[in-house]
Amino acid sequence: MSNDLILRVIAKLLMPYMLVFALYVQFHGDFGPGGGFQAGVIAAAAVVFYAIIFGLPAGRRLVPDRVVEAMLAIGVLLYAGVGLAGLALGGNFLDYFVLDTSPVAGQLRGIFWVEAGVGLTVAGVMLKLFAMFAGRAGADKGADRNGEGG
Amino acid sequence: MEALIINALLTTMAVTVVAMALQRNLFSVVVLFGAYSFQMATVLVALDAVDVAMTEAAVGAGVSTVLLLAAMHLTGGVEAKPLHRPWLPLVLALAVGGVLAYGMQGLPAFSDPLAPIHSHVAPRYLAEAAAETGVPNIVTAVLASYRGYDTLGETVVVFTAGAGVIALLRRRRKAAKDDAR
Amino acid sequence: MNTLAGHYSYWIAILLMVAGLTMLIARRNLLKKLIGLAILQTSVYLIYIAPGKLIGGTAPIIAPGYGVYSNPLPHVLILTAIVVGVATLALGLAIVVRVREAYGSIEEDEILALDRAGE
Repeated sequence: MSNDLILRVIAKLLMPYMLVFALYVQFHGDFGPGGGFQAGVIAAAAVVFYAIIFGLPAGRRLVPDRVVEAMLAIGVLLYAGVGLAGLALGGNFLDYFVLDTSPVAGQLRGIFWVEAGVGLTVAGVMLKLFAMFAGRAGADKGADRNGEGG
Repeated sequence: MEALIINALLTTMAVTVVAMALQRNLFSVVVLFGAYSFQMATVLVALDAVDVAMTEAAVGAGVSTVLLLAAMHLTGGVEAKPLHRPWLPLVLALAVGGVLAYGMQGLPAFSDPLAPIHSHVAPRYLAEAAAETGVPNIVTAVLASYRGYDTLGETVVVFTAGAGVIALLRRRRKAAKDDAR
Repeated sequence: MNTLAGHYSYWIAILLMVAGLTMLIARRNLLKKLIGLAILQTSVYLIYIAPGKLIGGTAPIIAPGYGVYSNPLPHVLILTAIVVGVATLALGLAIVVRVREAYGSIEEDEILALDRAGE
């Protein structure tokens, strides 16, 4: 598919907007529909879109395997870290009231970091799932697929 | 008017599912599954569940359909003709449906403000969550703050799924990379 | 009220559940079984969310000018359920891919026959 001019141009034009929309959904999840899960899936969809048009090796160059695997783990650690920070600052596990000077500011800070952790893990997992399934095709089909074997 | 739209959408969903059950070409089934997920997301918007609709559209119509297409490509595209007529499973499923229909008689009608679901803790969240957490989206407030522990478990489940798929599908990929070099 | 109109969403959810259950236990193709499982899960989402809706209300996002909101608690539960459902589907599909590579087919009866022949 990387030989088709229209698809290449559209992919390169659309991908930044999709990533910005993912960030919007992530940070605006407090005021409208959205949050970590939806934002993670949209961000992964942007990179999967790029990988479908330009081939899986190009997608792997864009976001290396190590980075994706790190994203998987760092999201969960971030979430648990917020919980432990609540413990360290004198409250209970996952207590947001103690995270900042006023309870409401502490809640906002806690919700922000927790949603960031969730978004990171979900984006990493969706991207990894696609890479695993698509990479498997190259293993037994050879180089006659859409550029994934080559 | 709202109830009419919701009922019409639900009817199209039922038609799609029956078509899916009868089809044998797996590519058609997966495409119908994508269409069914989109219809589900639309019904959810009509039912005022906007967060859930966004998640269902992204996850159900997006990721699930892509994964099914990838798996279908890796395994072959047509279901074999069934050996015998599926009478026993159909009777079993209809029996389960009958029990559910019997139990459903006691449930409150659609959009009944006096239903028990609207008492106990839900009015408290609606009244006080915006002031206590500073977040107007009640679903995000409950998900991330009031029920934050469950969301931690869910994040771990997603992580485990990723780790499990890596463990299942990794080895062959490394061998393929060595062969291709 | 036990009328059809008052309970229409429940009837459709039951129909979806029966269809998903039939696909899960009647079909021999592993991929179709997994799709039946996914349909079963979505019928459960419908059963949870439909009772929370109030006609004339709006989505549970506090905004000036709106008084009636739909119930937010089922939304939270089903959001978790959707994500866990896709995690289950992904793992199931990975297993189906491995089964296909090991046995050469994803029809349940052929796999069982190969297993018995190999014993």
